[in-house]
Amino acid sequence: MTVQQSDLKLDGNAIAGLLREIFTMEMTTAESTCAGCHKVHAVGQVEVYMNAPGVVVRCPACGQVQMRIVKGGGRYWLDLTGIRSLEFSA
Amino acid sequence: MARTAVLGRLNWQLGNVAELVQETPRVASLVFDVPAWPGHLAGQHVDVRLTADDGYQAERSYSIASAPEDPRLAITVERLDDGEVSPYLVGEVRKGDKIELRGPIGGYFVWRGGDDRPLLLVAGGSGIVPLMAMIRHRTAGKSTTATKLLYSSRSEDDIIYKAELDALAAVGDGLTVAHCLTRTQPPGWRGYARRIDRAMLEEVAWPKAQNPIIFVCGPTPMVEAVAGHLVDMGFDAASIKTERFGPTGG
Repeated sequence: MTVQQSDLKLDGNAIAGLLREIFTMEMTTAESTCAGCHKVHAVGQVEVYMNAPGVVVRCPACGQVQMRIVKGGGRYWLDLTGIRSLEFSA
Repeated sequence: MARTAVLGRLNWQLGNVAELVQETPRVASLVFDVPAWPGHLAGQHVDVRLTADDGYQAERSYSIASAPEDPRLAITVERLDDGEVSPYLVGEVRKGDKIELRGPIGGYFVWRGGDDRPLLLVAGGSGIVPLMAMIRHRTAGKSTTATKLLYSSRSEDDIIYKAELDALAAVGDGLTVAHCLTRTQPPGWRGYARRIDRAMLEEVAWPKAQNPIIFVCGPTPMVEAVAGHLVDMGFDAASIKTERFGPTGG
């Protein structure tokens, strides 16, 4: 199978299970505000790249890296620098 | 993945393979009895975990194909020859096998039903699976929500759920199905014979004024092209939900 760069891009639905592990909540309906452009998107809408050693999440509007998630050795490493806020149901 | 305690309320459980359905030469449905299944919404996923004899584990997320009303849980899997998980699920698994599952997962790409807005479903390849859960939910709930499905496949043999879709569309309760075949068409084919484009969407889609709820699922380039056309056609971006399938599904 030939894999093209565009094929590597998925969306937030693809990391619903991983986010559920970390937050113990359903997170694809959470709304994230981008630290770069301040636009708000549902986590289900964000761009997700999973072919790196970790997961990279980008803003669908401006491309800013919003989240980086690495899981390994029984630990999670979560970088949320690119998210200004994350709002979800209690 | 030793620390399952961090999963909170979502734990792995065993599903018993009750039935296997070969949908196309490369695609099969696995139907599970899951004793403690908490129920799901149409469009949600389930994670599948396989463990090798040496302890190596591989996890994949699959869209649920069965309606929430169905007592059994079904997934439909496309075999990717260089994949880690799908060649096992399509080809090796036998009735009576037990598979580790956890779910349901997701909440963005779901259709609950029960409102008056018409539904436009656009699928590419195995992107039909979550949309089929919505169609089955519609049928099981005796809903007459006006629903149009536009479904792109490579060839007639690659159309997943073809017989069931034909039968459901023949009922005449407001579901219409339009197929397009992108690579080969059988003699006398009356459906579309090209990739989904704007002209096709303009023929199939509901008028803007009817304010449809739209779900698009398939490979990333197809999803982005379709969503782009729909926005250009003036549909409300907030009413268009998308889910991209990629090669990581192996």
